[in-house]
Amino acid sequence: MTHVLDPDALSRGGRPLPAPLDPFADVTRSDAAVRAFLHGLPGVDQVGAEARATVLGTRSIKTTAKAWAIDTAISMVDLTTLEGSDTPGRVRSLAAKARRPDPDDLTCPPVAAVCVYGDLAGIAKEALSGTGINVAAVATAFPSGRASRAVKLADVGDAVANGADEIDMVIDRGAFLSGRYLDVFEEIVAVKEACGEAHLKVILETGELVTLDNVRRASWLAMLAGGDFIKTSTGKVAPAATLPVCLVMLEAVRDFRAATGRQVGVKPAGGIRTTKDAVKHLVLINETVGADWLSPRWFRFGASGLLNDLLLQRQKLRTGHYSGPDHVSVD
Amino acid sequence: MSDRLAVRKTYKLYLGGAFPRSESGRTYEVTDAKGHFLANAARASRKDARDAVVAARGAVATWSGATAYNRGQVLYRVAEVMEGRAAQIAEEVAAGEGLSATRARAAVDAAIDRWVWYAGWTDKLAAVLGSSNPVAGPYFGFSLPEPTGVVAVLAPQRSSLLGLVSVLGPVLAGGNTAVVVTSKERPLPAVTLGEVLATSDVPGGVVNLLTGDAAEIGPWLAEHADVDGIDLAGASGPLAMELERSAAGTVKRVLRAPAEEPDWTADPGLARMTPFLETKSVWHPMGW
Repeated sequence: MTHVLDPDALSRGGRPLPAPLDPFADVTRSDAAVRAFLHGLPGVDQVGAEARATVLGTRSIKTTAKAWAIDTAISMVDLTTLEGSDTPGRVRSLAAKARRPDPDDLTCPPVAAVCVYGDLAGIAKEALSGTGINVAAVATAFPSGRASRAVKLADVGDAVANGADEIDMVIDRGAFLSGRYLDVFEEIVAVKEACGEAHLKVILETGELVTLDNVRRASWLAMLAGGDFIKTSTGKVAPAATLPVCLVMLEAVRDFRAATGRQVGVKPAGGIRTTKDAVKHLVLINETVGADWLSPRWFRFGASGLLNDLLLQRQKLRTGHYSGPDHVSVD
Repeated sequence: MSDRLAVRKTYKLYLGGAFPRSESGRTYEVTDAKGHFLANAARASRKDARDAVVAARGAVATWSGATAYNRGQVLYRVAEVMEGRAAQIAEEVAAGEGLSATRARAAVDAAIDRWVWYAGWTDKLAAVLGSSNPVAGPYFGFSLPEPTGVVAVLAPQRSSLLGLVSVLGPVLAGGNTAVVVTSKERPLPAVTLGEVLATSDVPGGVVNLLTGDAAEIGPWLAEHADVDGIDLAGASGPLAMELERSAAGTVKRVLRAPAEEPDWTADPGLARMTPFLETKSVWHPMGW
């Protein structure tokens, strides 16, 4: 573990770590300082967070508000395919769906981005050119994150070179859970640099972080390191995105903006399959951080099945009768 | 008199293999033939119907994919379990339809026999309705009956058990899954049938029983794009007409409502099975 003895020697070639934004510039000066800062964050009342999320989930959203919520949710979807069996053809068909989710209805908005593995980012980029839809690529040895830093950075560089507009990285949960916070911080900083112009989404994999306290700490660590988005999960681990987790992350981005002035986005991913789930998240945003985050610039849904359910609900509102899975594309 | 507290039964829906209350939380009073209170039954809403269709669609692959022989075994098992609960069902039929105990028991026996009859049909349909077609070329041509898919059934309003079994049996025998709206005023035998189905190897979602008003739920099922066929047995004149019209929007198979409720004890024949079977023809090169 060379970099524990001398954090700069291996990864940064002697360059100093960039300091986080004021007033947190000094919290990453040492491993002990980061730990003191993260463990000094107020603890999360788990029962309270769950109760709050449940209460907000009971809001009844109907008629015009529901129509607005469905269109907003569609425009926030990161349409995702992260399977070992992905092919260029599949990515192209997903891109076609991203451009025009409901081919029968021109008023249906396009999604925010298409999320694929790095090697297919070029295919997605080409299929989406001129549409304004971003290409997101997962990198850094997704989904486990178990690879050396050199490999992770090469993975990021490859995805960026293929044309990815957004990079979804995974944090090193092993390092995080064993308390090596500065390692995690350094890695995010290094990946952020490797991203260049591309936006960086930091996947916390909250299903492996166990407690909401850890979710809050990981959120802050990712924001301090310069992440543009914090994302709940890879979708490969259960439980993935849950409302309490999302609540804690939203509180973190709210507090971070209040302290530093920098706004960070939130992306729940995995496990959000129904329109009802999506609408609950929109309510949660509005009641926790306010309408500033109610746009695809600041909030995304990482999902594959969700879009079809949103489209079915949209068709129901439009036609007045229930639709069926034969009336949306299979993906 | 014993001091024992009565264990009152909550009559619920049977949906996706579970027994939920109506999503709407509504119930309605069920009375016996003389107007005395019998029970509060769940009053299904359109969302219950939607959930039932999702459950039924999910079960199509399992039920239609099972071998005809296996479907027959499972349906026969339902008849076995019904036989064991015949006394309870007869009581409910007697109360709801105002029959004497003897006649109610006869109706239950007829319903169980009807169920066995349809259980026997599962593996004979292909032989009777399918064919090996004569073709003028070096091919075999086969035609086979296949299930239509998800079928909505508006169960007869008067005959609460024999009528129900006579419309549900043919839908299941062909390999379809069913969303049934029970008799509005006599739903209790259907609720008990749900309990029988849940304990007799019928996969969850294959049968979904909604107690409530066919006039309220029927239109949603008739318009639903994911329902492949609808049996209007329990709809009366103008409602049946309206449902036929809205079912046309999604080109459903429609089994039209009879002018008035038929005598369910008559030999049913194949008439209720064939409307929910599609004929698939296959050409196959002849080997040599």
